[in-house]
Amino acid sequence: MAVTAVSGSVARPIPRLRRMEDERWLAFALLVPTAVLLGLFIAYPFVEGVLLSLNSTRVGIKGEFVGLKNFDKVWNDSIFRTSVWNTFWYTGVTTVFKLALGLWLAILLNRHFRGKALVRAFILLPFIIPTVLSTFAWKWMFDPTFSVINWTLFQLGFITQRINWLGDPDLAMTSIIIVNVWRGVPFFAISLLAGLQTISPELQEAAAIDGARPWQRFWHVTWPLLLPVTMVVVLFSVIQTFADFQLVYVMTGGGPANATHLFATYAYQLGIGTGLLSEGAAVSLAMFPFLFLIVVVQLLYIRRVETR
Amino acid sequence: MIEGAAWRKWVFYNIPLILFVFVLLFPFYWMIITTFRPDGELYRPWNAANYQPFWTNNPTLDHILYLFEETSFGRWMLNTMFIAAVSTVISLFCGVLAGYALARLNFPFAGGLGTVIFVTYLVPQTLLFIPLAEIIRNFRLGDTPWSLILTYPTFLIPFCTWLMMGYFKAIPKELEECARIDGASRWKAMIYIILPVAVPGILSAGIFAFTLSWNEFIYALVFLSSPDQKTVPVGVTSELIRGDVFFWGPLMAGALLGSIPVAIVYSFFVEHYVSGLTGSVKG
Repeated sequence: MAVTAVSGSVARPIPRLRRMEDERWLAFALLVPTAVLLGLFIAYPFVEGVLLSLNSTRVGIKGEFVGLKNFDKVWNDSIFRTSVWNTFWYTGVTTVFKLALGLWLAILLNRHFRGKALVRAFILLPFIIPTVLSTFAWKWMFDPTFSVINWTLFQLGFITQRINWLGDPDLAMTSIIIVNVWRGVPFFAISLLAGLQTISPELQEAAAIDGARPWQRFWHVTWPLLLPVTMVVVLFSVIQTFADFQLVYVMTGGGPANATHLFATYAYQLGIGTGLLSEGAAVSLAMFPFLFLIVVVQLLYIRRVETR
Repeated sequence: MIEGAAWRKWVFYNIPLILFVFVLLFPFYWMIITTFRPDGELYRPWNAANYQPFWTNNPTLDHILYLFEETSFGRWMLNTMFIAAVSTVISLFCGVLAGYALARLNFPFAGGLGTVIFVTYLVPQTLLFIPLAEIIRNFRLGDTPWSLILTYPTFLIPFCTWLMMGYFKAIPKELEECARIDGASRWKAMIYIILPVAVPGILSAGIFAFTLSWNEFIYALVFLSSPDQKTVPVGVTSELIRGDVFFWGPLMAGALLGSIPVAIVYSFFVEHYVSGLTGSVKG
Protein backbone atom coordinates (compact mmCIF):
# COMPACT_ATOMS: atom_id res chain seq x y z
CA MET A 1 0.00 0.00 0.00
CA ALA A 2 2.66 2.44 1.12
CA VAL A 3 4.82 1.49 -1.83
CA THR A 4 2.16 2.20 -4.41
CA ALA A 5 1.35 5.51 -2.78
CA VAL A 6 4.99 6.60 -2.89
CA SER A 7 5.58 5.45 -6.44
CA GLY A 8 2.30 7.11 -7.45
CA SER A 9 3.41 10.45 -6.09
CA VAL A 10 6.84 10.21 -7.62
CA ALA A 11 5.66 9.29 -11.11
CA ARG A 12 2.73 11.67 -11.06
CA PRO A 13 3.28 13.87 -14.15
CA ILE A 14 3.24 11.02 -16.68
CA PRO A 15 0.05 9.20 -15.59
CA ARG A 16 -1.77 12.49 -15.37
CA LEU A 17 -0.87 13.25 -18.97
CA ARG A 18 -1.92 9.79 -20.04
CA ARG A 19 -5.14 10.17 -18.08
CA MET A 20 -5.96 13.36 -19.96
CA GLU A 21 -5.71 11.39 -23.18
CA ASP A 22 -7.67 8.59 -21.66
CA GLU A 23 -10.38 10.92 -20.44
CA ARG A 24 -11.13 12.38 -23.85
CA TRP A 25 -11.33 9.00 -25.51
CA LEU A 26 -13.49 7.64 -22.74
CA ALA A 27 -15.86 10.60 -22.97
CA PHE A 28 -16.05 10.13 -26.71
CA ALA A 29 -16.82 6.42 -26.36
CA LEU A 30 -19.46 7.04 -23.71
CA LEU A 31 -21.22 9.63 -25.84
CA VAL A 32 -21.30 7.62 -29.06
CA PRO A 33 -24.54 5.64 -28.46
CA THR A 34 -26.42 8.80 -27.47
CA ALA A 35 -25.06 10.78 -30.41
CA VAL A 36 -25.97 8.04 -32.89
CA LEU A 37 -29.59 7.70 -31.70
CA LEU A 38 -30.22 11.41 -31.34
CA GLY A 39 -28.54 12.17 -34.65
CA LEU A 40 -30.47 9.51 -36.51
CA PHE A 41 -33.89 10.23 -35.02
CA ILE A 42 -33.80 13.95 -34.16
CA ALA A 43 -31.22 15.80 -36.25
CA TYR A 44 -31.82 13.82 -39.44
CA PRO A 45 -35.65 14.08 -39.27
CA PHE A 46 -35.31 17.78 -38.58
CA VAL A 47 -33.30 18.34 -41.76
CA GLU A 48 -35.62 15.99 -43.64
CA GLY A 49 -38.63 17.91 -42.27
CA VAL A 50 -37.28 21.23 -43.50
CA LEU A 51 -36.65 19.73 -46.97
CA LEU A 52 -40.10 18.12 -46.96
CA SER A 53 -41.78 21.41 -46.12
CA LEU A 54 -40.05 23.02 -49.10
CA ASN A 55 -41.33 20.57 -51.72
CA SER A 56 -44.65 19.12 -52.77
CA THR A 57 -44.62 15.53 -51.53
CA ARG A 58 -47.87 13.66 -51.04
CA VAL A 59 -48.33 10.04 -50.03
CA GLY A 60 -46.94 7.96 -52.88
CA ILE A 61 -45.93 10.96 -54.99
CA LYS A 62 -42.35 12.20 -54.82
CA GLY A 63 -42.55 15.99 -54.85
CA GLU A 64 -40.37 18.65 -56.38
CA PHE A 65 -38.89 21.78 -54.86
CA VAL A 66 -41.49 24.54 -54.49
CA GLY A 67 -39.75 26.99 -52.15
CA LEU A 68 -41.94 28.58 -49.52
CA LYS A 69 -45.17 27.82 -51.34
CA ASN A 70 -46.43 25.46 -48.64
CA PHE A 71 -45.91 28.06 -45.94
CA ASP A 72 -47.62 30.66 -48.10
CA LYS A 73 -50.58 28.37 -48.67
CA VAL A 74 -50.83 27.44 -45.03
CA TRP A 75 -50.60 31.07 -43.94
CA ASN A 76 -53.66 31.94 -46.03
CA ASP A 77 -55.55 28.93 -44.71
CA SER A 78 -58.29 29.97 -42.29
CA ILE A 79 -58.11 26.64 -40.38
CA PHE A 80 -54.40 27.18 -39.83
CA ARG A 81 -55.05 30.67 -38.47
CA THR A 82 -57.68 29.27 -36.13
CA SER A 83 -55.19 26.62 -34.99
CA VAL A 84 -52.56 29.25 -34.24
CA TRP A 85 -55.02 31.30 -32.21
CA ASN A 86 -56.30 28.16 -30.45
CA THR A 87 -52.78 27.04 -29.57
CA PHE A 88 -51.92 30.36 -27.93
CA TRP A 89 -55.25 30.58 -26.13
CA TYR A 90 -55.03 26.98 -24.95
CA THR A 91 -51.44 27.38 -23.75
CA GLY A 92 -52.06 30.73 -22.04
CA VAL A 93 -55.27 29.88 -20.21
CA THR A 94 -54.21 26.41 -19.09
CA THR A 95 -50.84 27.68 -17.83
CA VAL A 96 -52.44 30.38 -15.68
CA PHE A 97 -54.89 27.91 -14.14
CA LYS A 98 -52.32 25.17 -13.69
CA LEU A 99 -49.95 27.56 -11.94
CA ALA A 100 -52.61 29.06 -9.67
CA LEU A 101 -54.25 25.76 -8.72
CA GLY A 102 -50.94 23.92 -8.55
CA LEU A 103 -49.49 26.50 -6.20
CA TRP A 104 -52.59 26.38 -4.04
CA LEU A 105 -52.44 22.59 -3.86
CA ALA A 106 -48.70 22.71 -3.09
CA ILE A 107 -49.35 25.06 -0.17
CA LEU A 108 -52.13 22.80 1.09
CA LEU A 109 -49.74 19.86 1.00
CA ASN A 110 -46.82 21.72 2.60
CA ARG A 111 -47.65 20.89 6.21
CA HIS A 112 -47.89 17.82 8.37
CA PHE A 113 -51.09 15.84 8.44
CA ARG A 114 -52.06 12.21 8.65
CA GLY A 115 -52.00 10.35 5.36
CA LYS A 116 -49.89 13.00 3.63
CA ALA A 117 -47.75 10.48 1.73
CA LEU A 118 -50.86 8.68 0.52
CA VAL A 119 -52.57 11.88 -0.60
CA ARG A 120 -49.45 12.95 -2.46
CA ALA A 121 -49.17 9.57 -4.20
CA PHE A 122 -52.82 9.61 -5.27
CA ILE A 123 -52.71 13.20 -6.44
CA LEU A 124 -50.07 12.39 -9.04
CA LEU A 125 -52.27 9.77 -10.72
CA PRO A 126 -53.66 12.09 -13.43
CA PHE A 127 -50.09 12.81 -14.44
CA ILE A 128 -48.87 9.21 -14.74
CA ILE A 129 -51.92 7.44 -16.16
CA PRO A 130 -51.57 7.50 -19.97
CA THR A 131 -53.16 10.73 -21.17
CA VAL A 132 -55.14 9.09 -23.94
CA LEU A 133 -56.78 6.66 -21.53
CA SER A 134 -57.74 9.23 -18.90
CA THR A 135 -58.94 11.62 -21.63
CA PHE A 136 -61.37 8.94 -22.77
CA ALA A 137 -62.85 8.91 -19.28
CA TRP A 138 -63.35 12.68 -19.58
CA LYS A 139 -64.84 12.38 -23.04
CA TRP A 140 -67.32 9.88 -21.63
CA MET A 141 -68.08 12.26 -18.76
CA PHE A 142 -68.71 15.06 -21.28
CA ASP A 143 -70.93 12.91 -23.51
CA PRO A 144 -74.01 15.06 -24.28
CA THR A 145 -76.58 12.31 -23.71
CA PHE A 146 -75.04 10.36 -20.85
CA SER A 147 -73.04 13.10 -19.14
CA VAL A 148 -72.59 12.77 -15.39
CA ILE A 149 -71.52 16.42 -15.38
CA ASN A 150 -74.84 17.51 -16.88
CA TRP A 151 -76.65 15.34 -14.34
CA THR A 152 -74.75 16.91 -11.45
CA LEU A 153 -75.29 20.46 -12.67
CA PHE A 154 -78.98 19.68 -13.19
CA GLN A 155 -79.40 18.18 -9.75
CA LEU A 156 -77.69 21.21 -8.21
CA GLY A 157 -80.08 23.45 -10.13
CA PHE A 158 -77.51 25.25 -12.30
CA ILE A 159 -78.97 24.14 -15.62
CA THR A 160 -82.40 23.19 -16.91
CA GLN A 161 -81.44 21.54 -20.18
CA ARG A 162 -78.46 19.62 -21.45
CA ILE A 163 -75.14 21.26 -22.28
CA ASN A 164 -73.61 19.94 -25.48
CA TRP A 165 -70.05 20.09 -24.21
CA LEU A 166 -68.15 18.88 -27.25
CA GLY A 167 -70.60 19.97 -29.94
CA ASP A 168 -70.22 23.72 -29.55
CA PRO A 169 -66.86 25.26 -30.59
CA ASP A 170 -66.38 27.46 -27.51
CA LEU A 171 -67.57 24.85 -25.06
CA ALA A 172 -65.41 22.22 -26.75
CA MET A 173 -62.33 24.41 -26.24
CA THR A 174 -63.33 24.98 -22.62
CA SER A 175 -63.74 21.25 -22.09
CA ILE A 176 -60.28 20.60 -23.52
CA ILE A 177 -58.82 23.29 -21.29
CA ILE A 178 -60.48 21.72 -18.23
CA VAL A 179 -58.96 18.32 -19.01
CA ASN A 180 -55.52 19.80 -19.62
CA VAL A 181 -55.63 21.69 -16.33
CA TRP A 182 -56.77 18.54 -14.55
CA ARG A 183 -53.85 16.61 -15.99
CA GLY A 184 -51.26 19.34 -15.37
CA VAL A 185 -52.10 20.51 -11.85
CA PRO A 186 -50.42 17.50 -10.14
CA PHE A 187 -47.15 18.16 -11.97
CA PHE A 188 -47.18 21.81 -10.90
CA ALA A 189 -48.22 20.95 -7.35
CA ILE A 190 -45.57 18.28 -6.76
CA SER A 191 -42.77 20.31 -8.37
CA LEU A 192 -43.70 23.47 -6.46
CA LEU A 193 -44.06 21.45 -3.27
CA ALA A 194 -40.47 20.27 -3.74
CA GLY A 195 -39.54 23.94 -4.15
CA LEU A 196 -41.47 24.97 -1.04
CA GLN A 197 -39.76 22.32 1.04
CA THR A 198 -36.37 23.84 0.33
CA ILE A 199 -37.48 27.15 1.89
CA SER A 200 -36.52 27.27 5.54
CA PRO A 201 -39.54 27.70 7.88
CA GLU A 202 -37.35 30.03 9.97
CA LEU A 203 -37.75 32.72 7.32
CA GLN A 204 -41.52 32.50 7.69
CA GLU A 205 -41.23 32.65 11.47
CA ALA A 206 -38.92 35.64 11.33
CA ALA A 207 -41.36 37.47 9.08
CA ALA A 208 -44.24 36.54 11.37
CA ILE A 209 -42.38 37.91 14.39
CA ASP A 210 -41.82 41.14 12.47
CA GLY A 211 -45.59 41.34 12.12
CA ALA A 212 -46.13 40.21 8.52
CA ARG A 213 -49.63 38.97 7.71
CA PRO A 214 -49.92 35.53 6.06
CA TRP A 215 -50.50 37.11 2.65
CA GLN A 216 -47.48 39.40 3.05
CA ARG A 217 -45.39 36.45 4.20
CA PHE A 218 -46.30 34.60 1.04
CA TRP A 219 -45.77 37.54 -1.31
CA HIS A 220 -42.52 38.88 0.13
CA VAL A 221 -40.85 35.72 1.43
CA THR A 222 -42.15 32.53 -0.20
CA TRP A 223 -42.90 33.70 -3.73
CA PRO A 224 -39.49 35.27 -4.52
CA LEU A 225 -37.71 32.17 -3.23
CA LEU A 226 -40.00 29.90 -5.22
CA LEU A 227 -39.62 31.88 -8.44
CA PRO A 228 -36.70 29.90 -9.96
CA VAL A 229 -38.57 26.57 -9.65
CA THR A 230 -41.77 28.21 -10.86
CA MET A 231 -40.08 29.59 -13.97
CA VAL A 232 -38.66 26.22 -14.97
CA VAL A 233 -41.94 24.39 -14.32
CA VAL A 234 -43.90 26.96 -16.31
CA LEU A 235 -41.53 26.85 -19.27
CA PHE A 236 -41.60 23.05 -19.36
CA SER A 237 -45.34 23.04 -19.20
CA VAL A 238 -45.68 25.74 -21.86
CA ILE A 239 -43.63 23.68 -24.31
CA GLN A 240 -45.63 20.52 -23.61
CA THR A 241 -48.96 22.32 -23.91
CA PHE A 242 -47.99 24.27 -27.00
CA ALA A 243 -47.09 21.06 -28.81
CA ASP A 244 -49.97 19.03 -27.38
CA PHE A 245 -51.67 16.47 -29.56
CA GLN A 246 -53.27 13.54 -27.79
CA LEU A 247 -55.74 15.41 -25.63
CA VAL A 248 -57.37 17.27 -28.52
CA TYR A 249 -57.14 14.25 -30.80
CA VAL A 250 -59.19 12.18 -28.36
CA MET A 251 -61.61 14.83 -27.14
CA THR A 252 -62.68 16.44 -30.41
CA GLY A 253 -60.30 15.37 -33.19
CA GLY A 254 -60.05 19.08 -33.98
CA GLY A 255 -63.82 19.42 -34.43
CA PRO A 256 -66.55 20.56 -34.39
CA ALA A 257 -65.93 21.94 -37.90
CA ASN A 258 -62.15 22.28 -37.34
CA ALA A 259 -62.73 24.78 -34.52
CA THR A 260 -60.43 23.22 -31.89
CA HIS A 261 -57.33 22.31 -33.89
CA LEU A 262 -53.89 22.99 -32.47
CA PHE A 263 -50.70 23.05 -34.56
CA ALA A 264 -50.08 19.35 -33.99
CA THR A 265 -53.58 18.05 -34.65
CA TYR A 266 -53.90 20.11 -37.80
CA ALA A 267 -50.49 18.90 -38.99
CA TYR A 268 -51.66 15.34 -38.35
CA GLN A 269 -54.90 15.88 -40.23
CA LEU A 270 -53.11 17.36 -43.24
CA GLY A 271 -50.05 15.13 -43.28
CA ILE A 272 -51.37 11.74 -42.18
CA GLY A 273 -55.14 12.11 -42.58
CA THR A 274 -55.18 13.70 -46.04
CA GLY A 275 -51.73 12.57 -47.17
CA LEU A 276 -50.41 16.06 -47.90
CA LEU A 277 -47.07 15.26 -46.29
CA SER A 278 -45.30 18.49 -47.23
CA GLU A 279 -48.07 20.76 -46.00
CA GLY A 280 -48.35 18.77 -42.79
CA ALA A 281 -44.59 19.08 -42.25
CA ALA A 282 -44.88 22.83 -42.86
CA VAL A 283 -47.61 23.18 -40.22
CA SER A 284 -45.52 21.18 -37.73
CA LEU A 285 -42.43 23.25 -38.42
CA ALA A 286 -44.42 26.46 -37.97
CA MET A 287 -44.26 25.62 -34.25
CA PHE A 288 -40.51 25.80 -34.35
CA PRO A 289 -39.96 29.59 -34.03
CA PHE A 290 -42.16 29.75 -30.94
CA LEU A 291 -40.61 26.69 -29.34
CA PHE A 292 -37.16 28.07 -30.14
CA LEU A 293 -38.01 31.34 -28.42
CA ILE A 294 -39.23 29.54 -25.30
CA VAL A 295 -36.10 27.37 -25.17
CA VAL A 296 -33.85 30.43 -25.52
CA VAL A 297 -35.67 32.19 -22.68
CA GLN A 298 -35.29 29.07 -20.57
CA LEU A 299 -31.56 28.70 -21.30
CA LEU A 300 -30.90 32.38 -20.58
CA TYR A 301 -32.86 32.17 -17.35
CA ILE A 302 -31.05 29.04 -16.17
CA ARG A 303 -27.69 30.63 -16.99
CA ARG A 304 -28.63 33.76 -15.05
CA VAL A 305 -29.68 31.76 -12.01
CA GLU A 306 -26.54 29.62 -12.16
CA THR A 307 -24.14 32.54 -12.38
CA ARG A 308 -25.81 34.44 -9.60
CA MET B 1 -48.47 27.57 11.82
CA ILE B 2 -52.20 27.97 11.74
CA GLU B 3 -53.59 30.08 14.51
CA GLY B 4 -57.20 30.14 15.61
CA ALA B 5 -60.08 27.77 15.84
CA ALA B 6 -60.51 24.34 14.31
CA TRP B 7 -63.10 25.62 11.85
CA ARG B 8 -60.48 27.81 10.20
CA LYS B 9 -58.29 24.79 9.60
CA TRP B 10 -61.22 23.07 7.95
CA VAL B 11 -62.21 26.01 5.77
CA PHE B 12 -58.73 26.94 4.64
CA TYR B 13 -57.03 23.57 4.47
CA ASN B 14 -59.08 20.42 4.80
CA ILE B 15 -62.08 21.23 2.64
CA PRO B 16 -60.06 22.60 -0.30
CA LEU B 17 -57.75 19.61 -0.11
CA ILE B 18 -60.68 17.18 -0.10
CA LEU B 19 -62.14 18.96 -3.14
CA PHE B 20 -58.82 18.77 -4.97
CA VAL B 21 -58.47 15.06 -4.29
CA PHE B 22 -62.08 14.43 -5.30
CA VAL B 23 -61.78 16.23 -8.65
CA LEU B 24 -58.37 14.73 -9.43
CA LEU B 25 -59.53 11.18 -8.76
CA PHE B 26 -63.14 11.26 -9.95
CA PRO B 27 -62.38 10.37 -13.62
CA PHE B 28 -60.69 7.19 -12.43
CA TYR B 29 -63.72 6.28 -10.36
CA TRP B 30 -65.83 6.92 -13.44
CA MET B 31 -63.57 4.59 -15.45
CA ILE B 32 -63.99 1.83 -12.88
CA ILE B 33 -67.75 2.14 -12.48
CA THR B 34 -68.26 2.21 -16.27
CA THR B 35 -66.14 -0.90 -16.69
CA PHE B 36 -68.49 -2.92 -14.49
CA ARG B 37 -71.79 -1.36 -15.53
CA PRO B 38 -74.03 -3.35 -17.92
CA ASP B 39 -74.90 -1.77 -21.26
CA GLY B 40 -78.55 -1.35 -20.31
CA GLU B 41 -77.59 1.03 -17.51
CA LEU B 42 -74.72 2.57 -19.41
CA TYR B 43 -76.84 3.95 -22.21
CA ARG B 44 -79.49 5.53 -20.07
CA PRO B 45 -79.75 9.32 -20.70
CA TRP B 46 -78.68 11.55 -17.83
CA ASN B 47 -82.15 13.09 -17.51
CA ALA B 48 -83.91 9.73 -17.30
CA ALA B 49 -85.70 9.13 -14.00
CA ASN B 50 -83.71 6.02 -13.12
CA TYR B 51 -80.27 7.43 -14.04
CA GLN B 52 -78.03 6.21 -11.29
CA PRO B 53 -74.57 7.62 -11.87
CA PHE B 54 -72.48 6.64 -8.90
CA TRP B 55 -73.31 3.02 -8.32
CA THR B 56 -74.50 -0.09 -10.08
CA ASN B 57 -76.45 -2.98 -8.62
CA ASN B 58 -75.77 -5.31 -11.52
CA PRO B 59 -71.99 -5.41 -11.97
CA THR B 60 -70.83 -7.34 -15.01
CA LEU B 61 -67.56 -8.56 -16.51
CA ASP B 62 -68.92 -8.43 -20.06
CA HIS B 63 -66.82 -5.46 -21.12
CA ILE B 64 -63.59 -7.02 -19.95
CA LEU B 65 -64.49 -10.33 -21.64
CA TYR B 66 -65.32 -8.46 -24.85
CA LEU B 67 -61.91 -6.82 -24.70
CA PHE B 68 -60.07 -10.13 -24.55
CA GLU B 69 -62.34 -12.13 -26.86
CA GLU B 70 -63.18 -9.64 -29.61
CA THR B 71 -60.04 -7.50 -29.74
CA SER B 72 -56.28 -8.10 -29.45
CA PHE B 73 -56.13 -6.31 -26.12
CA GLY B 74 -53.80 -8.95 -24.62
CA ARG B 75 -51.43 -8.45 -27.52
CA TRP B 76 -51.52 -4.67 -27.09
CA MET B 77 -50.59 -5.02 -23.43
CA LEU B 78 -47.65 -7.29 -24.26
CA ASN B 79 -46.55 -4.99 -27.09
CA THR B 80 -46.67 -1.92 -24.87
CA MET B 81 -44.84 -3.68 -22.07
CA PHE B 82 -42.12 -4.98 -24.40
CA ILE B 83 -41.64 -1.62 -26.13
CA ALA B 84 -41.62 0.36 -22.90
CA ALA B 85 -39.19 -2.06 -21.22
CA VAL B 86 -36.68 -2.28 -24.08
CA SER B 87 -36.68 1.43 -24.89
CA THR B 88 -36.24 2.19 -21.18
CA VAL B 89 -33.22 -0.14 -20.97
CA ILE B 90 -31.66 1.37 -24.10
CA SER B 91 -32.26 4.89 -22.82
CA LEU B 92 -30.85 4.12 -19.38
CA PHE B 93 -27.75 2.60 -20.92
CA CYS B 94 -27.13 5.61 -23.16
CA GLY B 95 -28.22 8.16 -20.56
CA VAL B 96 -26.03 6.78 -17.77
CA LEU B 97 -22.94 6.70 -19.97
CA ALA B 98 -23.57 10.15 -21.43
CA GLY B 99 -24.49 11.61 -18.05
CA TYR B 100 -21.28 10.23 -16.56
CA ALA B 101 -19.17 11.68 -19.37
CA LEU B 102 -20.79 15.10 -19.17
CA ALA B 103 -20.72 15.34 -15.39
CA ARG B 104 -17.36 13.85 -14.49
CA LEU B 105 -14.96 13.93 -17.41
CA ASN B 106 -12.99 16.87 -18.77
CA PHE B 107 -13.13 17.15 -22.51
CA PRO B 108 -13.57 19.93 -25.04
CA PHE B 109 -17.13 21.13 -25.71
CA ALA B 110 -18.54 19.37 -22.64
CA GLY B 111 -20.65 22.40 -21.74
CA GLY B 112 -21.89 22.85 -25.29
CA LEU B 113 -22.87 19.19 -25.55
CA GLY B 114 -24.76 19.44 -22.27
CA THR B 115 -26.76 22.32 -23.69
CA VAL B 116 -27.47 20.41 -26.90
CA ILE B 117 -28.82 17.48 -24.88
CA PHE B 118 -30.94 19.82 -22.80
CA VAL B 119 -32.40 21.35 -25.96
CA THR B 120 -33.25 17.94 -27.46
CA TYR B 121 -34.98 17.19 -24.16
CA LEU B 122 -37.36 20.02 -25.04
CA VAL B 123 -38.08 18.91 -28.62
CA PRO B 124 -41.70 17.71 -28.65
CA GLN B 125 -42.61 14.58 -30.63
CA THR B 126 -45.20 16.53 -32.60
CA LEU B 127 -42.50 18.67 -34.25
CA LEU B 128 -40.92 15.80 -36.17
CA PHE B 129 -43.46 13.03 -36.55
CA ILE B 130 -44.12 13.49 -40.28
CA PRO B 131 -40.50 13.38 -41.54
CA LEU B 132 -39.75 10.70 -38.96
CA ALA B 133 -42.56 8.55 -40.37
CA GLU B 134 -40.89 8.78 -43.79
CA ILE B 135 -37.53 7.85 -42.31
CA ILE B 136 -39.01 4.89 -40.45
CA ARG B 137 -40.54 3.71 -43.71
CA ASN B 138 -37.26 4.09 -45.59
CA PHE B 139 -35.48 2.06 -42.90
CA ARG B 140 -38.21 -0.59 -43.35
CA LEU B 141 -39.12 -0.38 -39.66
CA GLY B 142 -42.75 0.64 -40.22
CA ASP B 143 -45.37 -1.43 -38.38
CA THR B 144 -42.78 -3.18 -36.19
CA PRO B 145 -42.11 -2.64 -32.48
CA TRP B 146 -38.60 -1.51 -33.43
CA SER B 147 -39.97 1.68 -34.98
CA LEU B 148 -40.94 2.72 -31.45
CA ILE B 149 -38.10 1.05 -29.53
CA LEU B 150 -35.58 3.06 -31.55
CA THR B 151 -37.46 6.37 -31.57
CA TYR B 152 -38.66 6.53 -27.96
CA PRO B 153 -35.06 6.97 -26.74
CA THR B 154 -35.00 10.33 -28.54
CA PHE B 155 -37.09 11.83 -25.77
CA LEU B 156 -35.99 9.40 -23.02
CA ILE B 157 -32.19 9.68 -23.39
CA PRO B 158 -32.03 13.48 -22.92
CA PHE B 159 -34.16 13.14 -19.82
CA CYS B 160 -32.10 10.25 -18.39
CA THR B 161 -28.84 12.04 -19.21
CA TRP B 162 -29.99 15.23 -17.56
CA LEU B 163 -31.16 13.45 -14.42
CA MET B 164 -28.03 11.29 -14.17
CA MET B 165 -25.77 14.34 -14.60
CA GLY B 166 -27.33 15.76 -11.45
CA TYR B 167 -26.68 12.53 -9.54
CA PHE B 168 -23.13 12.09 -10.78
CA LYS B 169 -22.21 15.67 -9.98
CA ALA B 170 -23.28 15.15 -6.37
CA ILE B 171 -20.87 12.23 -5.86
CA PRO B 172 -17.56 13.49 -4.46
CA LYS B 173 -14.53 13.22 -6.75
CA GLU B 174 -12.47 11.70 -3.93
CA LEU B 175 -14.46 8.48 -4.09
CA GLU B 176 -13.24 7.82 -7.58
CA GLU B 177 -9.72 9.03 -6.91
CA CYS B 178 -9.36 6.54 -4.03
CA ALA B 179 -10.26 3.72 -6.37
CA ARG B 180 -7.86 4.99 -9.00
CA ILE B 181 -5.01 5.23 -6.49
CA ASP B 182 -5.72 1.64 -5.54
CA GLY B 183 -5.08 0.74 -9.16
CA ALA B 184 -8.55 0.64 -10.71
CA SER B 185 -8.83 1.82 -14.28
CA ARG B 186 -11.14 4.72 -15.02
CA TRP B 187 -13.63 2.33 -16.57
CA LYS B 188 -13.57 0.01 -13.54
CA ALA B 189 -13.92 2.95 -11.17
CA MET B 190 -17.01 3.99 -13.03
CA ILE B 191 -18.62 0.54 -13.11
CA TYR B 192 -17.77 -0.65 -9.58
CA ILE B 193 -17.57 2.56 -7.56
CA ILE B 194 -19.71 5.29 -9.10
CA LEU B 195 -22.60 3.35 -10.64
CA PRO B 196 -23.57 1.53 -7.41
CA VAL B 197 -23.72 4.88 -5.62
CA ALA B 198 -25.94 6.26 -8.37
CA VAL B 199 -28.48 3.40 -8.24
CA PRO B 200 -31.29 5.55 -6.78
CA GLY B 201 -30.84 7.97 -9.68
CA ILE B 202 -30.86 5.14 -12.21
CA LEU B 203 -34.04 3.78 -10.65
CA SER B 204 -35.73 7.20 -10.79
CA ALA B 205 -34.77 7.71 -14.40
CA GLY B 206 -35.93 4.20 -15.27
CA ILE B 207 -39.35 4.52 -13.63
CA PHE B 208 -39.91 7.89 -15.22
CA ALA B 209 -38.80 6.68 -18.65
CA PHE B 210 -41.07 3.64 -18.39
CA THR B 211 -44.16 5.73 -17.65
CA LEU B 212 -43.26 8.15 -20.44
CA SER B 213 -42.99 5.36 -23.01
CA TRP B 214 -46.22 3.78 -21.79
CA ASN B 215 -47.88 7.16 -22.27
CA GLU B 216 -46.50 7.94 -25.73
CA PHE B 217 -49.16 8.24 -28.39
CA ILE B 218 -48.42 10.07 -31.63
CA TYR B 219 -45.43 8.00 -32.80
CA ALA B 220 -47.31 4.79 -32.06
CA LEU B 221 -50.37 6.13 -33.88
CA VAL B 222 -48.40 7.08 -36.98
CA PHE B 223 -45.83 4.25 -37.21
CA LEU B 224 -48.04 1.23 -36.49
CA SER B 225 -50.88 0.08 -38.69
CA SER B 226 -51.84 -3.56 -38.21
CA PRO B 227 -54.09 -4.31 -35.21
CA ASP B 228 -51.71 -6.91 -33.76
CA GLN B 229 -48.78 -4.51 -33.55
CA LYS B 230 -50.52 -1.70 -31.70
CA THR B 231 -49.86 -0.39 -28.23
CA VAL B 232 -52.66 0.01 -25.66
CA PRO B 233 -53.40 3.73 -26.18
CA VAL B 234 -53.49 3.35 -29.97
CA GLY B 235 -55.35 0.04 -29.99
CA VAL B 236 -58.05 1.36 -27.68
CA THR B 237 -58.45 4.48 -29.82
CA SER B 238 -58.58 2.79 -33.20
CA GLU B 239 -60.30 -0.54 -32.54
CA LEU B 240 -63.01 0.41 -30.03
CA ILE B 241 -64.39 3.32 -32.01
CA ARG B 242 -66.02 2.32 -35.30
CA GLY B 243 -67.01 5.37 -37.27
CA ASP B 244 -69.10 7.38 -34.86
CA VAL B 245 -69.90 4.50 -32.54
CA PHE B 246 -67.98 4.42 -29.28
CA PHE B 247 -67.95 1.11 -27.41
CA TRP B 248 -67.86 2.86 -24.08
CA GLY B 249 -67.93 -0.23 -21.86
CA PRO B 250 -64.92 -1.95 -23.43
CA LEU B 251 -63.25 1.44 -23.93
CA MET B 252 -63.33 2.21 -20.23
CA ALA B 253 -62.35 -1.39 -19.40
CA GLY B 254 -59.37 -0.99 -21.75
CA ALA B 255 -58.46 2.35 -20.22
CA LEU B 256 -58.63 0.84 -16.74
CA LEU B 257 -56.64 -2.31 -17.49
CA GLY B 258 -54.17 -0.33 -19.62
CA SER B 259 -53.49 1.98 -16.70
CA ILE B 260 -52.92 -0.75 -14.13
CA PRO B 261 -49.34 -1.75 -15.05
CA VAL B 262 -48.15 1.87 -14.87
CA ALA B 263 -50.05 2.40 -11.65
CA ILE B 264 -48.44 -0.70 -10.10
CA VAL B 265 -44.93 0.27 -11.15
CA TYR B 266 -45.62 3.77 -9.86
CA SER B 267 -47.04 2.61 -6.52
CA PHE B 268 -43.91 0.60 -5.76
CA PHE B 269 -41.56 3.46 -6.54
CA VAL B 270 -43.50 6.63 -5.68
CA GLU B 271 -40.53 8.23 -3.97
CA HIS B 272 -38.22 7.50 -6.88
CA TYR B 273 -40.80 8.76 -9.31
CA VAL B 274 -41.25 12.00 -7.42
CA SER B 275 -37.51 12.57 -7.17
CA GLY B 276 -37.23 11.89 -10.91
CA LEU B 277 -40.00 14.36 -11.59
CA THR B 278 -38.62 17.12 -9.41
CA GLY B 279 -35.04 16.32 -10.48
CA SER B 280 -36.04 16.71 -14.10
CA VAL B 281 -37.38 20.14 -13.33
CA LYS B 282 -34.47 21.33 -11.27
CA GLY B 283 -31.94 19.96 -13.79
